[in-house]
Amino acid sequence: MSRLVVEDLRVEYLTAKGRVRVVDGVSFEVGPGEIFGLAGESGSGKSTIALAVLRLLKQPAAITGGRIVVGGRDVTAMSEDELRRFRWREVSLVTQSAMSALNPVIPIGEQIADAIEAHESVARKPALARAAELLSLVGIDPARTKSFAHELSGGMRQRVVIAMALALQPPLVIMDEPTTALDVIVQREILSQIAKLQAQLGFSILFITHDLSLMISLCTHIGVLYAGRLAEVAPAAKLTTPRHPYTQGLVTCFPALHGPRTELVGIAGAPPDPRYPAPGCAFEPRCTQRLAICGTCAPALVRIEKHHEVACHRC
Amino acid sequence: MSSLLEVRGLGKTFSAHRALADVTFDVARGEAVALVGESGSGKSTTARVIARLTPPTEGSVQFGGARLSNRAFRARVQMIFQDPFASLDPIHTIGYHLARPLVIHKRVTNKSELGARVRALLEQVGLSAELVRKHPHQLSGGQRQRVAIARALAVDPELILADEPTSMLDASIRIGILNLLRDLKEQRGIALVFITHDLASARYLADRTLVMYAGHIVESGPSAEVMDAPKHPYTKLLLASLPDPLRPFTSAPISSPSKSGCPFASRCPEVHERCTSLPALHSITTTRSVRCHAVSASS
Repeated sequence: MSRLVVEDLRVEYLTAKGRVRVVDGVSFEVGPGEIFGLAGESGSGKSTIALAVLRLLKQPAAITGGRIVVGGRDVTAMSEDELRRFRWREVSLVTQSAMSALNPVIPIGEQIADAIEAHESVARKPALARAAELLSLVGIDPARTKSFAHELSGGMRQRVVIAMALALQPPLVIMDEPTTALDVIVQREILSQIAKLQAQLGFSILFITHDLSLMISLCTHIGVLYAGRLAEVAPAAKLTTPRHPYTQGLVTCFPALHGPRTELVGIAGAPPDPRYPAPGCAFEPRCTQRLAICGTCAPALVRIEKHHEVACHRC
Repeated sequence: MSSLLEVRGLGKTFSAHRALADVTFDVARGEAVALVGESGSGKSTTARVIARLTPPTEGSVQFGGARLSNRAFRARVQMIFQDPFASLDPIHTIGYHLARPLVIHKRVTNKSELGARVRALLEQVGLSAELVRKHPHQLSGGQRQRVAIARALAVDPELILADEPTSMLDASIRIGILNLLRDLKEQRGIALVFITHDLASARYLADRTLVMYAGHIVESGPSAEVMDAPKHPYTKLLLASLPDPLRPFTSAPISSPSKSGCPFASRCPEVHERCTSLPALHSITTTRSVRCHAVSASS
C-alpha cells in the first residue's frame, strides 16, 4: 500500500483581492521504500505541498480541494488532536535551515528526548539514551547530546535534524531542500547517510529540491512541478531524456563539467505570476515548441508509457 | 598579456581565525578567473579585500600598476553581490540605482543625457527601459541581478568582481546571467573575478580556475585542465562530490581543516609525514600550480 497518496490537491491563498491558486490538481503516490523527488523552481508549489501533507499551512494558505491519504487515513479530515499524534510519528519533516529548526538554548539531546516524550510514555533517562543512539546513527559522537546547536557545523546540525526526524521511526520522512545551504562535499556526505539509513530502516522519502541533477542521483521517482502543476512524472532514470519542454529546458540549464564547452541557452522568460493565471498551459509563454491549442487549453497529465506521465499537448 | 590586477601574499585574520593566507594571483586584462571552494574557504573574503570593502592583514592588491584613491579605484573596479534583493535599496527606483554611479563618477553632463544613459544600461543587460520607474520588489530575482550588473557597468569598469552572482537564482534563470557576464568579457573586454562553489559554472565562464581551501589557494590552472585532470587531493574530492547519476551516494569522512601544516592534511586520503609543514604553491607546468607535497612537476 502506498505510504502517501496525494489526490487532485489544490492549495489557494485566500487574499482580500481574491483566491490565488498555488497548487492546482496535483496527484502522486509514494510507495514503501521509495524516494519520490519533487523538483521545481521558487514559487512552483513544492514546499507548499510538503506543508499541506503535514497540515502545517498557515493563513491565508488553505487546502481547498483534493485528498491526502497517509496510512489509509485522510489527513485533510483530521482534527487538531489527531494531527498532533500524526505529525512526527507518521510523517516527519526535515527543513532546509537546520539552524532555525533547532532550539538555540536547549542541548540537542534534550530536544530529541522532548520529541520522544511527547509521543510515547517513556521516562527521561531512556529517552535521552535513545537520543544518543539516534545521534550515533547519523554519525555524530553520542557524547555530543550535551552540545548546543551553535557548537556544531552546518553539516552536523543538518544531521541532528535528520536524527530528530527519525526519532519515532515514521514510515515517511519529508525532506525540504535538506542540503541546499551546504557545500557539495558535505552535501554528498549527508545524502549518502540518508541513502544508507533509508536502505537500512526502509522508510519512504518525499524529497524536495530545485537541483535536478542531485535528484536524478538520489530518487527513485521524480515529479517536476511548474507553476503549481505537475508537468512530468517519471522514474528517475527516464528523466535523463525528459519529454516535457520545461524539463527538457531544465536539463540544459546546467553546464557540463567535462567535454566540449557548448553554448547553453537555458529557458527564456520567467515563471508566471500566480495572481494572473493564463487560460492555457502555464509554460506556454516560455515554450519553444508551443502549438495553437497551448494558449487556450491547459494540458492534462497523461500516461505516455508505464510510470511516465506528461502534461503537454505535444506528447 | 599584462596583468590588470596583482594580488600578492594576501592574509586576513578575523580575531583568532585566519581567513586568508598567502593568496597570490594575477588577472590579465579581459581575463575571467574563477575562485572556487566550499563555504569558509576564503573566496568571498578575497573578493571583499580586492574591492576594498575590508582591509587585508597582510599583503597587497595592485590594480593597473598605479596607486588609486578609493573613488578612482571604484570607477575601474565594480562588484556584484550574491543576493540581488539585499544589494538594491527597496525604497528607490531602478532608475535611481543606475543614475547614482553615473552622477557620482561624472559620466554625464546634463539631465537628458542621464535618462538616455540609464535606459541604455538597462538595454545592455537585456532589460526593458520601462523598468526605470519600477522598484526592486516589482522585479524577479533574475531581473534584479541584471540591474545589479547594469549598475556595475555604469562606470564602464575594467574589472568586475562577481560574488556568487547566480547562487540565489533559479536554475532556469542562472544560465542567462552567466551568458550575460561572458558577453561582457568577450565583447567589451571586461575582466572578471567570478566566485562560485559550482565547478561546472566556473568552467563555463572562466579561463582559469583557482581552487581555495581554508584560506589558501591549493590549485590553479586553465579551467578545463583543472576539471579534467585535478592534481590536488582537495580538488579531486570536490569533483568527486558532485551529484552524478552514474555514481550513487557513498560516505566519505569529514573533518575540520588542520590548524598547522597543510590545511587539508586532516582530510587527505594521501596524507604523509611531511604534510605537517605547509607546502608552497608551486608550478607544475607553465600554466598550472599546486600546493601539495605529493605533486611535483614530473608527476
